[in-house]
Amino acid sequence: MTAAPKIRIEKLNAYFGAHRAVRDVELDIPALGVVAVIGPSGCGKSTFVRCLNRMHELLPGARAEGRVLIDGQEVYGPGVDPVQLRRRVGMVFQRPNPFPAMSIFDNVAAGLVLNRLPGDRAAIVEKSLRQAALWDEVKDRLKENPTRLSGGQQQRLCIARALAVEPEVLLLDEPASALDPIATAKIEELIHELRERYTIVIVTHNMQQAARVSDRTAFFYMGELIEYDTTEHIFTNPSIKQTEDYVTGRFG
Amino acid sequence: MESTRAHTDRVYESELVQLRQRLLQMAGHVERALSRAVDALVRRDAELARNVISDDREVNRMEIEVDELCRRLLALRQPAASDLRLITTALKIVVDIERMGDLAVNLSQRVIELGDAPHLRPYVDLPKLADLALEQLKLALDAFVNADADRAEAALKKDDVVDAFYFRVLNETVAFMMEDTRHIRSGMSLMLVAKYLERFADHAMNVAEMVIYMVRGTDVRHPHSRAP
Repeated sequence: MTAAPKIRIEKLNAYFGAHRAVRDVELDIPALGVVAVIGPSGCGKSTFVRCLNRMHELLPGARAEGRVLIDGQEVYGPGVDPVQLRRRVGMVFQRPNPFPAMSIFDNVAAGLVLNRLPGDRAAIVEKSLRQAALWDEVKDRLKENPTRLSGGQQQRLCIARALAVEPEVLLLDEPASALDPIATAKIEELIHELRERYTIVIVTHNMQQAARVSDRTAFFYMGELIEYDTTEHIFTNPSIKQTEDYVTGRFG
Repeated sequence: MESTRAHTDRVYESELVQLRQRLLQMAGHVERALSRAVDALVRRDAELARNVISDDREVNRMEIEVDELCRRLLALRQPAASDLRLITTALKIVVDIERMGDLAVNLSQRVIELGDAPHLRPYVDLPKLADLALEQLKLALDAFVNADADRAEAALKKDDVVDAFYFRVLNETVAFMMEDTRHIRSGMSLMLVAKYLERFADHAMNVAEMVIYMVRGTDVRHPHSRAP
């Protein structure tokens, strides 16, 4: 990588109480494109991405050490407002979590209201829903409750909600693991479109999904970053035996 | 990076083992076919030549079996890394091995054509060329079995020796034909035989190149044709 990274991670350690869930991770994430984070359950992959927008520290007993720099700025520096940070670094979770008491429109606009962002809300909501490839399906039912949408639509709504505040980075934590193959394919196609405008980090336990959607793949095992390379390299000729064993299905 | 560990999914593991075994059986069959065809040539044994030709059906059957196994593995297992390289290698070398079987058949057909025509001279160089070609195949197969790229590279280095022998046989045969035009027909057959043996060694080289890819993940073919 010759260009300056969008995100630079140095000596990152994350703890739950005394347990160190992420160990001395060093990683550069380039601007734009998709980085996939793979590894078995409990390898620290979700904890790792939650450190990138300071979501990890919200859990009781959780803390992080080390440096995360976004465009050279310290994420854990003094005076950094985590709420402002999370506007720049949006996140979508495994289970679609639209706000059930709000309409579809208000769900997408929620971040704008919360952050008191100026602008034409209707235009921003439409743009975000279009970017999330959901507009055509919901444009006539914006006042409806999101709980009536399918799981895949709800997840795209959550992506639209994340996009509305114009983040630079999008963290996706197992965004399709609760969805059927068709809804999954739509999310993957959406990721493919968003990669040109956003820096995307996707956590997935589905290796085929990582292979399909990402440019680079990071393999985590027992809290450590074992290998990080182009996705093609990781899936055709990994350099480290643990990676080889994992991507070929030799789990011991 | 080659894994020494077995697959968590034992059925998958056994299918990969089966794929390796089928390829080796097929290659073993082809090895025997060529040495029998050369025996038939030296002894002018048309019966043996006919047996080599009919036994090639078994090689063809194995080719189809290997292809089916590879397709099934690709469709059902979504192989990655060393497994993916093994399967893509298998799909390619199976074609080379089948062609080698065909060359043993072609050689046998020339034996039948030669019939009782007198020997131009005692066969020394052609069996040597055949030995070299078979040695190339053996090296490539050993490299495949042991996932040993060094041995595959050793096979690649011997290509020049095969070529030198081939041209020697060609030149000598031409000299015989020039001396006596009655030798042209059998001389032509022997030139074809030499060509088959040289091609056989070339296919063994292709196998060796693919084994290097399978083991190291680097493609060593056509070094002079790469995009800059």
